[in-house]
Amino acid sequence: MFIHIDNKTYTVKAGKNLLEACLTLDLDLPYFCWHPAMGSVGACRQCAVKVYKDENDMKGRLVMSCMETVTEGLRLSIEDKTAKAFREQVIEWLMTNHPHDCPVCDEGGACHLQDMTVMTGHDYRRYNYKKRTYTNQYLGPLINHEMNRCIQCYRCVRYYRDYAGGDDLNVFAAHNHVYFGREKDGVLQSPFSGNLSEVCPTGVFTDKTLKEHYTRKWDLTMAPSVCNHCSVGCNTIAAERYGQLRCMLNRYNGDVNGYFLCDRGRFGYEFVNSENRIKQALIRSRTNEAATESEIMEHVQSLISMSKVVGIGSPRASLESNFALMQLVGKENFYQGISEDEAHLNRLVVEMLRSGCVHSVSLKEIEQADAVLIIGEDIWNTAPMMALAVRQAVVKTAASQASQEIKIPVWLDSAIKELAQEEKGFLATLTIATSPIDDIATHSWHAAPDDLARLGFAIASYLQPGKIVNTDFSEALLDKAKKIGDALKKAKNPVVITGTSCYNDNVIKAAFDVAVALNTGERKTSFSCVMTECNSMGLAMMGSPSFSVANENIKTNGHATAVILENDVYKHIPSANADEFFNSCDHVIVLDALHNATTEKAQVLLPAATFADGDGTLVNNEGRAQRFFQVIPNTTSQVQESWRWLKKLQTLKLHTLNGHALHPDDLLREMETALPQFEGITNVSPKHDFTIHGEKIPREPHRYSGRTAILANKNVSEPKPFNDGDSPLSFTMEGYKGTPPSGVVPFFWSPGWNSVQSVNKYQEETNGALRGGNPGLQLFKNKSDARDLFFNDVPESFVVAKDRWLLLPKYDALGSGELSSYTAALKTLSPQPFASMSTGSLQALNAKDGDMLQIVDAGIMYGSLPVKADENVCDGVVLVTAGLRESMGMSWGTRVQIKK
Amino acid sequence: MGVKLLLDKAHVEGIRYYDVYRREGGYRSVEKALKMSPADIVEEVKKSGLRGRGGAGFPAGMKWSFIAKPEGVPRHLVCNADESEPGTFKDRYLMEFLPHLLIEGLIVASFALGSNATYIYIRGEYAWIPDILEQAINEAKANGWLGKNIQGSGFDCEIYVQRGAGAYICGEETALIESLEGKRGNPRIKPPFPAVKGVWDRPTVVNNVETLAAVVPVINMGGEAYSKIGVGKSTGTKLISACGNINKPGVYEIDMTISVEEFVYSDEYCGGIPNGKRLKACIPGGSSVPILPANLLFKTAKGEQRMMNYESLSDGGFATGSMMGSGGFIVLDEDQCVVKHTLTLARFYRHESCGQCSPCREGTGWMEKILKNIETGKGKMTDIDLLWDIQRKIEGNTICPLGDAAAWPVAAAIRHFRDEFEWHVNNPELCLTQNFGLAHYADAREVVA
Repeated sequence: MFIHIDNKTYTVKAGKNLLEACLTLDLDLPYFCWHPAMGSVGACRQCAVKVYKDENDMKGRLVMSCMETVTEGLRLSIEDKTAKAFREQVIEWLMTNHPHDCPVCDEGGACHLQDMTVMTGHDYRRYNYKKRTYTNQYLGPLINHEMNRCIQCYRCVRYYRDYAGGDDLNVFAAHNHVYFGREKDGVLQSPFSGNLSEVCPTGVFTDKTLKEHYTRKWDLTMAPSVCNHCSVGCNTIAAERYGQLRCMLNRYNGDVNGYFLCDRGRFGYEFVNSENRIKQALIRSRTNEAATESEIMEHVQSLISMSKVVGIGSPRASLESNFALMQLVGKENFYQGISEDEAHLNRLVVEMLRSGCVHSVSLKEIEQADAVLIIGEDIWNTAPMMALAVRQAVVKTAASQASQEIKIPVWLDSAIKELAQEEKGFLATLTIATSPIDDIATHSWHAAPDDLARLGFAIASYLQPGKIVNTDFSEALLDKAKKIGDALKKAKNPVVITGTSCYNDNVIKAAFDVAVALNTGERKTSFSCVMTECNSMGLAMMGSPSFSVANENIKTNGHATAVILENDVYKHIPSANADEFFNSCDHVIVLDALHNATTEKAQVLLPAATFADGDGTLVNNEGRAQRFFQVIPNTTSQVQESWRWLKKLQTLKLHTLNGHALHPDDLLREMETALPQFEGITNVSPKHDFTIHGEKIPREPHRYSGRTAILANKNVSEPKPFNDGDSPLSFTMEGYKGTPPSGVVPFFWSPGWNSVQSVNKYQEETNGALRGGNPGLQLFKNKSDARDLFFNDVPESFVVAKDRWLLLPKYDALGSGELSSYTAALKTLSPQPFASMSTGSLQALNAKDGDMLQIVDAGIMYGSLPVKADENVCDGVVLVTAGLRESMGMSWGTRVQIKK
Repeated sequence: MGVKLLLDKAHVEGIRYYDVYRREGGYRSVEKALKMSPADIVEEVKKSGLRGRGGAGFPAGMKWSFIAKPEGVPRHLVCNADESEPGTFKDRYLMEFLPHLLIEGLIVASFALGSNATYIYIRGEYAWIPDILEQAINEAKANGWLGKNIQGSGFDCEIYVQRGAGAYICGEETALIESLEGKRGNPRIKPPFPAVKGVWDRPTVVNNVETLAAVVPVINMGGEAYSKIGVGKSTGTKLISACGNINKPGVYEIDMTISVEEFVYSDEYCGGIPNGKRLKACIPGGSSVPILPANLLFKTAKGEQRMMNYESLSDGGFATGSMMGSGGFIVLDEDQCVVKHTLTLARFYRHESCGQCSPCREGTGWMEKILKNIETGKGKMTDIDLLWDIQRKIEGNTICPLGDAAAWPVAAAIRHFRDEFEWHVNNPELCLTQNFGLAHYADAREVVA
């Protein structure tokens, strides 16, 4: 429809509010309380414009643009004198209490309040009284609190409570003494608290880990990155200065993470700066272990040409690195570095998604679901951002129902919240233990994995009678199945979510069967399966056998050199098996970024790049391939991407050295040919030689300071900027200044928009896709001719066995990351290891709450753990905190013995 | 002697108790109403021209007719007893001395609106009144006027008393609803209007105590007859709580045909200004309505006599008129300082701002600080313009009317008493010990001693 803004006619989309319309049209209009993901509440009064009745109306009426819907032919003015004066006045009001501490404020230079102040033109303050002061609170190791800077936009509480479902941050007191904080000092409990630093338009809530090594935004070298800490693959911006990773920022991707990140993703970056990093190549058992690259090459060449070479891949290494290893050792000698149990599950997931009979769902689509069924996965802890998406689905379903009921636009947040009140959309969580997400669930049920699978199959059977060859479902189970089935049937966009974390293939099959049974003509069902690592999907798609097979092979054939890629084998495999493997190998070559149990076994250790000092591609659980880019320039150390090491070794081995530089593009092209399942992967991002008008895209903002001084202690001449040549991004501040292609946006900035809010300048419309489409490439395609695939594999009910306990993992949103545990702040928030069992189980063990128990599996004794009684864990099952050092290599999903 | 409809029995011994109240003709309106259809009751109230007595003066019958009636959704009537405006205490008087009148009105209104659960949201500082109301509710219940199947009509109704926590903002109907739901008392954004989605998402009507009490005479005498009392659109009677520099402060019932002058000087009402002082200014409708200097109080700008009714009090708009508001009639004599008085009000509104939207939250505090400076002789001439500028930008630009309520008194004070502000600035020493006095805006009339 058409609207007139300052006497110019524009076309806008119906249903939007005036503020969204203006921002979409690239017109600058200041705002605070409105947030694209949270809608309007009309609190800050900053976005006032004049609206006129018709062309004869000269007087007009001041309205808040975030509160008015666009209507055909609407006339409004941004430039109107009264409107401008009012907007200036609002800033002056806010400034009455805002301290003038920009120079010492962490937000300075990336501050929405600064930007908006400049935008309104307000400069002279007429207020000459004392400002009010507050006491700040300790909010934990992640978020810093400085209440004096608050401008009371209420975004923090709206985000924390309404959007993310937290309850320990609130607004207190009234009038010009409103306080945002906790009831008393203490750690913020939500695993999504880090977003407060981006939601807050000024410096009240800031990133405390950045404070440890603070750098202004304009002084950061930034590159687009992809989160490493779970299988969801949120888009991030990695930011560097002085060779150190300084912070992670959200990188908007309309299909994946939108505006937010979880705390593990945002704060888990410190491993890159860790003292435990491997920076030097080593040849062990020499007098001088440190080796130069040429020594290494020579040494390794002899090792890999002497004997059979076995490659152990990794679910946390990039596709390029895994493929380079596959090329080096040959397809038949390449193995996934994970247990057979996990590899089996991953293969199953790939098979399901490749079948094309259900839609592999993105986070954005989960947010839009009108019914969600979760079977067997504690997504709050294994894929936190997915849990946040499910929360939005549940809340939005109720909101959209309410908005249809009395014709109120969905963005009118406060009104919608009043209308929806406690109403929630349908969510059923069928999991092995309680999870915070149960709070918003319509149905929650906790049982052993096989019983969860049985309920899943019962639902599928209820949805499409006859498709599941019925076994003996109990009345109670059928009743549950009917309740859930009926709710799912009513939905238009149901989503079924499952995951590999309970190590049970029946669970995944059941979830898939429900999705397939739901998938009838008028209904589009979506399916998602959470996996364990950031590239679990990519590795699984390569279709290689598991580590267990490698172990068998080596045991039988002997005499092999193993090349282990970025993988702590001891994390995935029981230590006895891993030891056995290393003992059978003649030589062990390990590439990794951090020292761990596996690197101890290496005779040759090569320093591998992390996501911050290398390029690569990861495939998330949805099947979306996404590229991350190097941000730390590497001029001196030996650290390089594993794929570069491996490719160099390959050229040596094959004598194909031709002096040509090697880029990830080349690897992906070879990969596309060798593995057709990755068709199109070369298009995941612009090629390394991509330029715009001959210019590369700068990783540094044009205000980057000190580049002539940074290395002046070594050489007074300014060095040539580092250039890795792997991507269209340059390590300088010069280059193309316009909007880059969406996949290679190193930072969000626009004239007058220095804060994260500048993302609206990169979007096609507010809250929409990035210009040119959201980055990432979906590798699984829906097939319209796909035949319905039913697994129809109903397991027997779970039976409690005497003295044998089903061992299952209990993840923690902050504590369970192998790499994120190197962030001191997250480490302190990680739970101490413990086991939990039902009181019935404890009685059977003759133990009580708080006793120390020891898990014994196939002769391996694990360290003893305190046990907690948990009524929601079913009899016969023992849950153990997973992802911690103490529970590494446990055989999840198998029956173990427990000693008191 | 004007017509009295609400307070006619106020001085009967024991009228607070059911037996006396019933003997004096109480609950007749309920008997009558239960025989009528709810739609007819609404029609009677419409005919009566009864306007909301809380301050805005919106026709009550109209408000009732807006209530949505979705199938299977309960509706609620909420009585707004959060009377917290400085100078207004008429509802307190009603509830304290005539609790059964309110209960009676509530039953009739509940029946008309189909509310089976009706709430009285009462100001926290009225600590002793909930007990009085609860006792009256219990008495009414014991006599079959509340509870299940009232008087055999098949209509069920319960009345609950809910204490507020002392926030003025909770007198704003949507903030009241939030508070009633147990939330922070921040006003809601409208739409949705309470008549569609109010308490717990259900259609709700929020009425002032006096409005609901006035339903009783409306039903008893019929809407037609009620509308004949008073003048024009100011029908029926209005309670005025008079205070300040007058001989007889208190709550008076007027029939809106008397003049302001009569109200101030007649012995039947305020009884004139004490100690032979002269009248300087008056706030005729509660602290948020514009203050009027004496010369504009008794005569409108057109030279007509100003009457105590909605139309006449607002004659001349804000430039030369004021508002009926909630009927809090505050009189200032020649010894009063308008700057100090405005500061007191500004302090009140700053303290009562909920803190939700910027203009009110930040503007009220700033105005208070400026006024304080002017009052204590630290003001500058530019401060007066600044004050004017701030209030002008608050007015009409806030989520709820509290912003307006805070801006109007300041605006009116500067509009009518600018020379007094300037005198404060020009005489920083003197203003600490002396008053500006009457100046030219004093009432022309000689003191009636």
